[in-house]
Amino acid sequence: MSFKTVERRPLSLAERTYVPQILSGMKTTFKKMVKPKETLNYPEARPPIPPGYRGVPTLVKDPNGREKCVSCQLCEFVCPPKAIRITPGEIPPDAETAHVEKAPEEFEIDMLRCIYCGLCQEVCPEEAIWLQNVFSVSGYTREEMVNDKKRLYELGGTLPDDHYKWDKKKAAEEAGNPHH
Amino acid sequence: MIQPAKPELVTVNIDGQEVEVPKGINVIEAARMVGVDVPHYCYHPKLTIAGNCRMCLIELGMPAVDRATREPIMDEATGKQKINWIPRPQIGCGTNVSPGMHIKTQSDMVKECREGVMEFLLINHPLDCPICDQAGECKLQEQATGYGRGYSRFIEQKNVKPKRTQLGPRVVLDDERCVLCSRCIRFSQEVAKDDVLGFVDRGSYSTLTCYPGKELANNYSLNTVDICPVGALTSTDFRFKMRVWFLKQTNSIDTESSVGANTVVWSREGVIYRITPRQNDEVNDTWMADSGRILYKQVQSDDRLLPAGSLADNLAAASALLKDGGVAVVGSGRSSVEEQFFTARIAKQLEAKSCIVARHGEGDGILVSADRNPNTRGALVTGLITGLPATELTELAADIDAGAVKTVLVVGEDLTAAGLSADQLAKVNIVYLGFHANATSAAAKVSIAGLTVFEKSGTYINQQFRLQKFASAVPGLAGATDDRVVLAQLLAAVGGETTGSDLASVWSALSREISVLDGLAYAQLPDTGLLLDSTAWSGLAFPEGETLHYQPATAEATA
Amino acid sequence: MMEFYFELPLWLRLTVQGLAVIAVLFPLAGACSMAERKVSAWIQGRPGPSRAIVPWLAWIPGISLLQKLGVFHFTADGGKMFLKEDVAPGSVNKFYYYLAPLIAVVPALCTVTFVPFGAYWDAATETMKPLVLANVDVSMLAVFAVASLGVYSLILAGWASNSKYPFLGGVRASAQLISYELSMTLSVLPVFLWVNAPGGEGSLSLIHVVNTQAQPGLWGGMWYVFLMPLSAFIFLVALFAETNRQPFDMPESEADLVGGFHTEYGELKWGLFFVAEYAHMFVGSAIFMILFCGGWHPFPWLPLDTLLGWLGGIAPIFLNPVVSGVIAVGIFLAKLIFSIFVFMWVRWTLPRFRYDQVMKLGWQKLLPLSIGNLIFYAVAIAIIERS
Repeated sequence: MSFKTVERRPLSLAERTYVPQILSGMKTTFKKMVKPKETLNYPEARPPIPPGYRGVPTLVKDPNGREKCVSCQLCEFVCPPKAIRITPGEIPPDAETAHVEKAPEEFEIDMLRCIYCGLCQEVCPEEAIWLQNVFSVSGYTREEMVNDKKRLYELGGTLPDDHYKWDKKKAAEEAGNPHH
Repeated sequence: MIQPAKPELVTVNIDGQEVEVPKGINVIEAARMVGVDVPHYCYHPKLTIAGNCRMCLIELGMPAVDRATREPIMDEATGKQKINWIPRPQIGCGTNVSPGMHIKTQSDMVKECREGVMEFLLINHPLDCPICDQAGECKLQEQATGYGRGYSRFIEQKNVKPKRTQLGPRVVLDDERCVLCSRCIRFSQEVAKDDVLGFVDRGSYSTLTCYPGKELANNYSLNTVDICPVGALTSTDFRFKMRVWFLKQTNSIDTESSVGANTVVWSREGVIYRITPRQNDEVNDTWMADSGRILYKQVQSDDRLLPAGSLADNLAAASALLKDGGVAVVGSGRSSVEEQFFTARIAKQLEAKSCIVARHGEGDGILVSADRNPNTRGALVTGLITGLPATELTELAADIDAGAVKTVLVVGEDLTAAGLSADQLAKVNIVYLGFHANATSAAAKVSIAGLTVFEKSGTYINQQFRLQKFASAVPGLAGATDDRVVLAQLLAAVGGETTGSDLASVWSALSREISVLDGLAYAQLPDTGLLLDSTAWSGLAFPEGETLHYQPATAEATA
Repeated sequence: MMEFYFELPLWLRLTVQGLAVIAVLFPLAGACSMAERKVSAWIQGRPGPSRAIVPWLAWIPGISLLQKLGVFHFTADGGKMFLKEDVAPGSVNKFYYYLAPLIAVVPALCTVTFVPFGAYWDAATETMKPLVLANVDVSMLAVFAVASLGVYSLILAGWASNSKYPFLGGVRASAQLISYELSMTLSVLPVFLWVNAPGGEGSLSLIHVVNTQAQPGLWGGMWYVFLMPLSAFIFLVALFAETNRQPFDMPESEADLVGGFHTEYGELKWGLFFVAEYAHMFVGSAIFMILFCGGWHPFPWLPLDTLLGWLGGIAPIFLNPVVSGVIAVGIFLAKLIFSIFVFMWVRWTLPRFRYDQVMKLGWQKLLPLSIGNLIFYAVAIAIIERS
């Protein structure tokens, strides 16, 4: 590695007294003092959340109100701190979405373990799990910090859907085999 | 033990590598022997060859020979014999190796063929992976990773076929996922001998169905689920319960009969989700009976004997009763060899009569034998019994009536089921050790909760006198103690020679004291088991009939 | 009213005066701590403490401004300080441990009594009469003498805590205070040389110093900060060091000593150290303002008497003793507050010196400088007086 020795310029007398430097420093801080404040009054004022922000993971429904999660458990598998726990279940054959066959019976995310990495969202083949803009979670007990399925859907709400994969599938089923 | 005849070897060239493989095997097996994977769906080593999936296409060539003179034609450039490559690809499963055969499994043509086959298979395959139970152990997924193009050129509508057809009580069929490999059909015909499955319609309309009025209800139906390369056939019991990638596999033994089919127990976090067969070409090939697959439910069954009191107190009470004299010991053909060994030693120490309860059923000639104890041979080997056991304990009943027996040590058996009346049970003190609660445990003075086969480790000796080991898949019920440990401590408590209860020390005692087990150690037992010398018991008339890979000794003598 | 007060027995007057000192300085110290938090917040671009409010006062219109300024925080802080459980670590020397904060606060409060804080127009004599609790002729000496006692509290606290960080803090405090006291005293001497011109009657009274800055003429009306800038500078620097303020807060130095001498102190005992520090700042600032910045006189060359004379011409009310006293005290307090603000401003601007730099600055720079300064002014004054 090549390097260059830089001669340190000897301090002038004024500099050695510190006084001009101190005054210029005080000028800086005084300017800062009369400027508008940069911090937010947090709980009342909140920062704008940019798109793609990774907040609390939530479960979402499609615009038709169908729960998108099919409990494939890929998120449970990929979750580095093992915060997700899914109990898979079967959709009863008489349900409207029976053609989807599978849905989570229980879905728990332990927010004490979650590290907000977003791998669950990335891995989800159904785009059912989203890290949305809630960033502050608190609770009095450990149990309170485990979001169950009901809470996850409350947090998640409904997001727009680009695919309607299962609705298309149902339509195809109703139309029958195109050969016939 | 008769050494199998050394197979005749032929030399073939696989991907430029000269290898010697047994004569008569096909190209897939030959390639597998040298570590080359030839992808396939319809081929199964234990079934006949159908050759309908076309996934195992390879390039084949034979050394060129002058037709007239039979002289090898030499290649001028290399100085070696010229190879005549067949211009079209051949299926690997239907091609048996022959001397000098040249095989290319990685050529451009082969790869193109595989990619083509994959694209055709995926055209109509639904995007069900997130909800498909096969995901994670699906051949189609695996080969799609290797040979799929990653996107679809198919813009037409996919085929719509029946989903969720109940083929039988234990098997669900999703026809859209089926790749028409016909493995399940061949299995039903050839192994289960219950020819109920077949294809109807042609081309892209082809659909797997049961013959009208029939259902896939035989005791081997779940093997079709195992061999299905995709998620078309799924198990009703395991359906949507857990993804396979979470499951831990533990080698175990099917305890439903003396066949001792090798199994894999799939568990996650102390809960067993399913049992599947494990390949053992000497015992069960790759199959097992459906009835053996639900045995895991005994782990969490309602009639488990729950632990009561501390083990030390129970052992003290039990040993007090046993040391009082007049003891009879009822061992079990379901206990492991190690447990039977300790039971036999306790009986010997107390100078008590020992017996086990026989359990007979009808053998189905495949993988369920007439003797429904997994370890009757173990009781013979360990000296717990000397002759064949009876289903009714008449001798014990007579001794109780005569007042000769004051205390009965029962390991896992229900004496009322073995012919003893409640009155007779009331006359004696019973020390019961087992994992499930029954009339005997209810009548027992001391009952000690034990573990199921899935919670402990040990060995069984099957009908072939094959010593096979099983390992604990899940932790035991809280408070319950491994039966082997309980028996070892009980032996020590009644004044017997103390032996460590861990498997290594038990096996050092076993190999020392039992001649047919001489020189064996648990850790060294192969996964597929070890055949023991059975000549000492050749005179006994065992109840088993013929099953897969087993010929009764008498039948052998008459043949 | 004044007559009534002066007719009271001496002990009662002294008690009232003492209580007045406490009643004024304690809240002022609290207010200073709040101001410190606010100033630091503003300098750092934060709003600072702005939440606390007394719930049953929330309806008063405009009270949110006080809330924003954090006024209720310091009452809450003070209340908390008084009501906290009194704990002492087991390893301390109990007697001296409890004595140290008292020793800190008593001299700090005592010095206040010597400091004149204003004047009022005495109509009878038509002159300004100074406002001071103890009008002694040697007030400058008294202030120095009593204020120096404060260092004992730091040493005592450091030693009695029986813990290494407080001990180091105490050692640093003693060395630092001794070092800078020299320069401080030497820097003040030229002022008194100038005030006590040869031949006249000598005095170390601070009132006298103020009055000499309010004389007619170019030289007479000039504040000593212009006349002796070097003295003022040395005094100011030494003052920072004496009050343990940044950049000289070596005894506390939380970065390397946890909390310095008060590491083991909590609740009111700690609060007393705090009060003492701010009281020192107050007294120090007051001395600086009196010596170099004209005391309660509003501007150089514009003494308060003249101003009051003008104002009295407009409205006689300004010549009322009480009103004129309030104006004088107000002007003095405004100067003080500005000075305190400078203290805070400097604190949140400058980084802390290293200890060896503190020592070097004190002994090798400030001391020679103040000696040189003294010699220069002694010679100069001698020449001027001769001529």
